[in-house]
Amino acid sequence: MESSGTPNHMIDLSSSAAEFNRPLLLTPGEDLKGYILGHVGRWSLFTITSASVLAVLLIFIFVIREALPFLTQFSLTEFLTSTRWYPEGTPHEFGALALISGSLYVTLGALILAVPLGLSAAVFLSDIAPFKVQQICKPIIEILAAIPSVAYGFFAILVLAPWMQKNLHFSTGANTLNAAVILAIMALPTIISVAEDSLSAIGRDIREASYGLGATRAETMLKVVIPEAHSGIIAAVILGMMRAIGETMVVWMASGNATQIPSPWWDLSQSVRTMTATIAGDMGETPKGSDHYHALYAIGFLLLIFTFSLNLVSEYFLSRVRKAKGR
Amino acid sequence: MEDNQPQEKPVTQMETQSPVMEKILPAIHIKMDNQKQVTSGTTQDKATCNRCGIISSKEFSFFYGNTCGVKNISMDIYPCMVTAIIGPSGCGKSTFLRSINRMNDLIPHTRAKGRLEVNGINVYDKRTNLVNLRQQVGMVFQKPNPFAKSIFDNVAYGPRLQGIRKKSDLESLVEQCLKDAAIWDEVKDNLNKSALALSGGQQQRLCIARALATRPKLLLMDEPCSALDPLATTRIEDLIEQLKKFYTIVIVTHNMQQAARVSEWTAFFCLGELIEYDKTTRLFTKPGKKQTEDYITGRFG
Repeated sequence: MESSGTPNHMIDLSSSAAEFNRPLLLTPGEDLKGYILGHVGRWSLFTITSASVLAVLLIFIFVIREALPFLTQFSLTEFLTSTRWYPEGTPHEFGALALISGSLYVTLGALILAVPLGLSAAVFLSDIAPFKVQQICKPIIEILAAIPSVAYGFFAILVLAPWMQKNLHFSTGANTLNAAVILAIMALPTIISVAEDSLSAIGRDIREASYGLGATRAETMLKVVIPEAHSGIIAAVILGMMRAIGETMVVWMASGNATQIPSPWWDLSQSVRTMTATIAGDMGETPKGSDHYHALYAIGFLLLIFTFSLNLVSEYFLSRVRKAKGR
Repeated sequence: MEDNQPQEKPVTQMETQSPVMEKILPAIHIKMDNQKQVTSGTTQDKATCNRCGIISSKEFSFFYGNTCGVKNISMDIYPCMVTAIIGPSGCGKSTFLRSINRMNDLIPHTRAKGRLEVNGINVYDKRTNLVNLRQQVGMVFQKPNPFAKSIFDNVAYGPRLQGIRKKSDLESLVEQCLKDAAIWDEVKDNLNKSALALSGGQQQRLCIARALATRPKLLLMDEPCSALDPLATTRIEDLIEQLKKFYTIVIVTHNMQQAARVSEWTAFFCLGELIEYDKTTRLFTKPGKKQTEDYITGRFG
């Protein structure tokens, strides 16, 4: 009766409204198919995902297993405190302090160069650069991360090293400073990109609040935006640090590979040798199963602990960024 | 003033509806302090018109790229009053409000045309001192946006930028502003607590306190209650009632009841144009235009 009132051009719904023409219940066949497909999908995806998780675990187990013979036979204190690294001498001496300090030297040197540069660039990109510049610059900076490290190594040896010898009068071109500079360039894209993301994550409303109170751009950045983005900035620095500490090829080519702690300690023109370069350099000529071989795994284990803890710290700060974003 | 009379042309949209506006418009150039003959006898509301606009806009247009945010707005906003701007979403209310303290500068590819004067100075002049402008034209935003700092530091942020460093000065100023914003009693015991721990309504009042701390003459409020519950809204409205003794307030609101409750003057914007601008009582009881009437009675469209 009501349908008689509906205009002609409208579909007459009133009669069919009570009858759904497609069944609302699954047939047993459909039900089974859905069940199987759902489970197959879930399990295959789970297996693929666990494979990568398993890989990490296996690496840990493998490295620990190979390092254990060394750690049980030789004194850990000597390993960590002695600077005498004579794996092929008689008797063998495995003091890795010089290698550890070498890694720290080039990494911290790289950070000292890369952090101020990276943060300035991030601030410029997030707040000052016009949109177009930002669109062009960011991908280009990210390409820096895609250049193979051996290419950086070539640059270090063929360009930077002679330049340092000629202009800074260093006795050798392959030295701590050289490695630190190249590592800094390699860490820059990570630092810029993560820091820029965290600065952009601080919403426009916060910036407006600051500008609205009469703050200049510099005041807004320094007093509001950077403090609010500090978690992300710390994460950026740590990620850059991980890139630098784990890098092998470049430091092998650029650092000079001399097992020593520079003395005086600030003399960056001297060569050092890093943990990564030692592993890469020695592994090829070490008989499998020898003390030296296991000592290299012990170094690898140490390195793993370094990067793993750095990773945990950066994860902590990145999770704080995500939380702040959701606010 | 000599330029009283040659000001015929900016009288655009409003000339038909409000006799009051006709009389006020010629006065745009004159600053607050020289009140004068502008208020000439023909005016109906002497009480309101013995002052001239602290903000006066003349054929002001604002563009986002090629789209027009607001066009040809000509209106005067009077000191020590609450002026409400109402209108449907996307009609340019906020654009106009944010133009007053040049907040739209932060959005790329925007430009302004015409004049928008605050206290007689065109704010879109290249020589405008933005820091001083924004310190004296405070703003409260739609979403409470406290900094991730303590309550004290939030309020003290503006004064510190102005170079006030002495602790006792800051303390008394912060206390005063928090009291003015009617939030002192709730926070006085934990001024060092993070502002983010406050509730939404408290955060908004904190933002008002923070805006008051720069000692503004004008307060721009961009839908300050839209994110708040009715109770917090009432508190903010009471606050506006208190504040208008000392500040000129311009408030953008979606809520017509709110406009009717708090404001003396109301402007109705639609599709980027100023449709009608009149005393609130008159606009809501005898709107001069059909569009206004449709909107305020809910028959818009």
